[in-house]
Order: sequence, then structure tokens, then C-alpha cells
Amino acid sequence: MVALAVARDEEVVYRRPGTLTDVYTHYCPGCTHGTAHRLVAEVIDELEIRERTILVASVGCSVFAYNYFDVDACEAAHGRAPAMATGVKRVNPDAIVFTYQGDGDLASIGIAEVIHAATRGENITTIFINNAVYGMTGGQMAPTSLLGQKTTSSPFGREAKLAGYPLRVAELLAGLPGTAYSVRRSLHDARHVIQAKKAIRLAFITQMEGLGFSIVELLSTCPTNWGMDPGEACEWVRDQMVPNYPLGDYKVVEALERYSKRGRK
Amino acid sequence: MSKQLLKGNVAIAEAAVRAGCEAYFGYPITPQTELLEHMSQRMLELGRVFLQAESEVAAVNMVYGAAAAGARVMTSSSSPGVSLMQEGFSYIAASEVPAVVVDVMRGGPGLGNIQPSQADYNQVTRSAGHGDFHPIVLAPATVQEAIDLTVLAFDLAWQYRTLVFVAADGAIGQMMEPAELPALRDVPVERPSWALTGAGQRPKNVITSLYLGADQLEALNERLQRKLDRIQDCEVRYDEYYLDDADIILVAFGTAARVAQTAVKRLRQKGHAAGLFRPISLWPFPEQRLAQLAVTAEAFFVIEMNAGQMVHDVREVVGAAVPVKFVGRMGGVIPMPDEVEEAIYNWLACGG
Amino acid sequence: MAHGRIVIDAERCKGCELCRSACPPQIISLSDSLNSQGYQAAVLVDPGQLCTGCALCAVVCPDVCITVYRMAKRRN
Repeated sequence: MVALAVARDEEVVYRRPGTLTDVYTHYCPGCTHGTAHRLVAEVIDELEIRERTILVASVGCSVFAYNYFDVDACEAAHGRAPAMATGVKRVNPDAIVFTYQGDGDLASIGIAEVIHAATRGENITTIFINNAVYGMTGGQMAPTSLLGQKTTSSPFGREAKLAGYPLRVAELLAGLPGTAYSVRRSLHDARHVIQAKKAIRLAFITQMEGLGFSIVELLSTCPTNWGMDPGEACEWVRDQMVPNYPLGDYKVVEALERYSKRGRK
Repeated sequence: MSKQLLKGNVAIAEAAVRAGCEAYFGYPITPQTELLEHMSQRMLELGRVFLQAESEVAAVNMVYGAAAAGARVMTSSSSPGVSLMQEGFSYIAASEVPAVVVDVMRGGPGLGNIQPSQADYNQVTRSAGHGDFHPIVLAPATVQEAIDLTVLAFDLAWQYRTLVFVAADGAIGQMMEPAELPALRDVPVERPSWALTGAGQRPKNVITSLYLGADQLEALNERLQRKLDRIQDCEVRYDEYYLDDADIILVAFGTAARVAQTAVKRLRQKGHAAGLFRPISLWPFPEQRLAQLAVTAEAFFVIEMNAGQMVHDVREVVGAAVPVKFVGRMGGVIPMPDEVEEAIYNWLACGG
Repeated sequence: MAHGRIVIDAERCKGCELCRSACPPQIISLSDSLNSQGYQAAVLVDPGQLCTGCALCAVVCPDVCITVYRMAKRRN
């Protein structure tokens, strides 16, 4: 924990959340994984659920997520986190179980697992980091890569005829009756980060209330594999990703209405 | 406990329930679907966890999660489904969480058919997944044995924190025989200290199979190998039939052993000193006892429902001194006792 | 206007400059020297006491290296 040198007449406006460990992250400079981790940790702190939270980490840049959160955790095989989380939750119904997955893990190899967890109304929460590439393996095309986007496995730019269309996960899962909360937010600037935190909080509340499956899709940066600096990467999210992946609430069950001030778009 | 007429698959399922199985995740596949169906009824009746997963891939990962959470958990499948689960087996073994898997083997390769076979022998005994490990593999030859070995599977899985297979050929899963079930055990209330239960006030538990440093991963492998050594020392199981003075030793497991047993009876009736050595633990393979038998045997006949898989393990133990012959049928065909006898008579006729 | 200050954990900082972009009075810059990870850490340069403790820097910081303080509100 950072020792705080608070002067007599000062108050602390912001400090590191307790649920984050002190370990320095391996994420690239400007990678919004760190931001997403921080928001989840803040929510866990505020909801006072750390002691019963279990993380199911996935395969991607966030494969070591369990080093960064001070909660019980396990490592799922690529794409399998929602299934593993189902196993954990079903035998531990009082635990708060969340998966943390990237777009390769969730939307490609793991699409069946997340669709079925959602369709079963599994009381787990999924934090979905959408940065339109496979980060860990060096920048290949992902199901969420944009048309025309050049990646290491789509060097001429993604073409629909050859490689299909970007997959909109928040909308897809919202259509399933077991899904209680499916929203898309972004991490590209302070205002959007603040809104993202509110959504993450509501997602965990969904689970605490036993309302069904909750997912927050977070548009995120990958400066390294996009070949941009962090600031440019944030602008790319704002200018290229948001128009293709509209932010908004795609499914919010009625029981959650009382937790949000008003329905928002 | 009195005997009841039970179908193999149902007996295995009920045995697991009686053994205190807390959670079952599975997927329909012939010829083991009755196991899933029985669990869907009984587990929910008892307030335990049952879920039909969307695929075998999902099922084994649900098992992994529940096992990591410290629950007594199992799955079941048949050959093509077991192939789908292999990734999960490797993760489970590397993470050293306990789990029981029932493989009711059918004809393959590929989609194959729904007839009984033993063609997964290599798959389950070599490692059942990528990397260096072996699950314990137990092969029943009767419905009663299927019950007993299923209960044992849970005990061994928890004793060693490892993966245990009950490998039954499809005929065992489908046949009906009188058998006795054990008393019902409750699900344990306490979770082990290593399990994921929510950290509470203790340091967090992390269950993973990822070790990026080569020396770290080697250390894990050393630990797993030492565990396998202990299992090899302590968990060999086999059965013997007329072996005291046998010159011709048949080696077989599961349904093939029942066929071989009939062949032995007939050979004995005709004055031949035949006997049956029946491995019950396919891994650890009963090498020591087999090596002992090789000292006095004139020949081994390995009977299998595959193209010849266990025969290689027998040959490796027995060596070049004693002939090791193979009699088998593939594709889900069950070899008949007269085929076995014929092979032995032919061998004898050629001067043995 | 309340006066604030931030403390940046220079060793944890990766010099991504997202805080710099987010800071309304633009009083965050990069250090000239490298931290032990090889990054130029962000540093508060606030001679004019322009920091209000708005915490937008902390909101965008992916490495959670910023602690934000503010003068407590005066009580009547």
C-alpha cells in the first residue's frame, strides 16, 4: 500500500484501491487493461465483496490478471472462462464470480461458452475488453477487428468477403433472455472511464441480486499493436471504434432500474 | 444392501452419487447418455449440482472450475467427447485439482459408431491430454466392479489430487447385471484449504497451470512425476484367474476379459494350462506382476477390442523372451471366445 | 477554488502521458530522467498552484500511480 502523506488540512481524493495488489503490471504504457483492472478493483472495494470474489482469468494479455487482484482466482483455458466460472459459481453460489476476457478469448474461441453462460442466465459477471486485435500474440485480426483494419493476419485490411464482419458482442448477448445486463462503454477518456465504472458497478450488483448474466464490453486501446502512442490510440477508439461499436445499454432488466438514476444512452 | 438389476451407466452414476459427488457436468453422447440422465434426476433430488453443458469442451471446463472450488466433481463421455475434453484434462492435471472422468468407449476413430470398443486405451493411459502426466485409469469388467471402481475413483482423485478415469467399454455401460450399491455418503461440508472459496481473511488462492519460466515448469513437472511414482507404487490393481500353473496367459481388460475368461474355461476343459491376467488399473499398469508371470509363461495372448494397444505395454514388460500374441477386433466388434480359442489352437499347432 | 496536489509513484509510471492529456490546467509533464523500468515518469509541475484535485489524471491512469489530495473544505 502506498503510504499516504496527508497534511493536516488535506483530504484524500483518490488512492489506489485495496483490491489491487502492489505488483507492477506488465501491460504496455497506455494500455487500458490497467484502467479496467482499476475500475473493477474500485467497484469490488466499494461493494465490499473482495472476500467472496473469485476471478476466472483468461488467455490474452490479461493472462496474469490473478497477480493484480487480491482475490481467489483461477486460470481458464482460452475461451473457457465462462464455463469454468459456471463450475465455480454453481458449487459456490455465495461467491461473486467474474471473468475477465479479451476479444480473442471471448468472441472467437470462447463465443459458445459465453453465449451459453448468458443463455443459462448464469449469475456471473463478464468484463469484456474489446481492442479489435489479438494483443498477446502480436496483433492478429480478431472477430472484433474493423473492416479495412490492417493487422498482422489481415495485412491488406479486413475484407468482409474473405473474413466476415466485426462481431458486436454486447448486442448479441443482449438478445438472450438469460442476460440481465449487457452494455458497452469505452475507456478512451476521463468522462467515458467514469461512465464505465458505473456500468461495472451495476454489473456486479446484477450478480449480487441474482438477476442473471451481466457483461460490460469496454472499448479499449492497444497502442503497441495498433502502432500508435497511447494518446493516438484513445483517439482511434473515439473516432473509429465508437462509430462501429455504439456505446449504450443493450439490456438492462427492470430490477436494475432502481440502481441507475435514469435509463441512459 | 441388497442386489438390484442395474444398467452399467446407471450403476456408475448412482455409485458416484453415493460416493458423495457434489457436482456433475456432462453432455449427451451414446453409449453413456443414461449416466447423464440419471444424474439429472438424482443430483437435483439431493440438492446437488447438475448441469448439461453446451458441449464436452464446456463440460470439462465446468468440471475444472468446480474442482478448483474444492467440490467433488465428475463428468462422463464417450470417445469423441473425450477427445474434446483433452485440453481440460491437461489443465486439471497440471493444476492438481481432483476430478473423476468416466469414458464409456465406443468404436472409432472419428465419429465411428456406438458399438463398444477399447480403442481409447492409448488415449487415456498415455496422458489423456498434452504434456507429461498420466491419469489413474481403472477398467471395470462387471457392473459391480464399475460401481466399486467409481467410488474408488473419487477416493483416489482426492487422495492424490489428480485425475482419475473409469474406462469402461460400451458394453459395460449398457449391460444389466445384479449389483450392490454402497450406502449414500453426504457431500463433504468443508472445502480444502487450497480451494477457491473467496479469500476472506486468508491470503488468496490461485489455481493455474501457467508457469512461464522453464525452471518453474520443470519444478511442477518434477512434483507431478513424484506423485505419479507414488501412485505407481501404491495403486496397481489386477485380477487373476487360473494363473497358478498357467503356461498360456491371456491378458485382457473389461469386456474382452470376460470373453477371455470363457476361452480360458474352455481351454482348461480341453486340458490346456491357460489362465487370465486381468489388469484393473490400466495406469498404473501392473508391470511387476506381469514380469513375474513372464518367468514361467510360454506365451501371452492379449485380447482387446481395438487394433492392439495394451499389447504393446505387455510386450514392453515381457520382453523378447516370451511370445506375446494379439487377438482383437476393431470398429466396435466384440471378439468371441471361439475366435480367441482358434488363435491359441493355431499357435499351438504351429509348434507353439 | 480548492487547492489540490497529486503524488505520482514514479517507479510505477510508464510515461504513457494519458494523465497529461486529461489534466485541465495542463500541469503534468514528463520527467527528464528515466525510472528503473526505463520510462520517463509523469511529474506534476505546478508553480502556480493550479491543481484543484479534480483527479481526472487518476481517472485515466492505467497504472494507478497517482494519489490525489485536496485541501479539506472549511467548516463554519
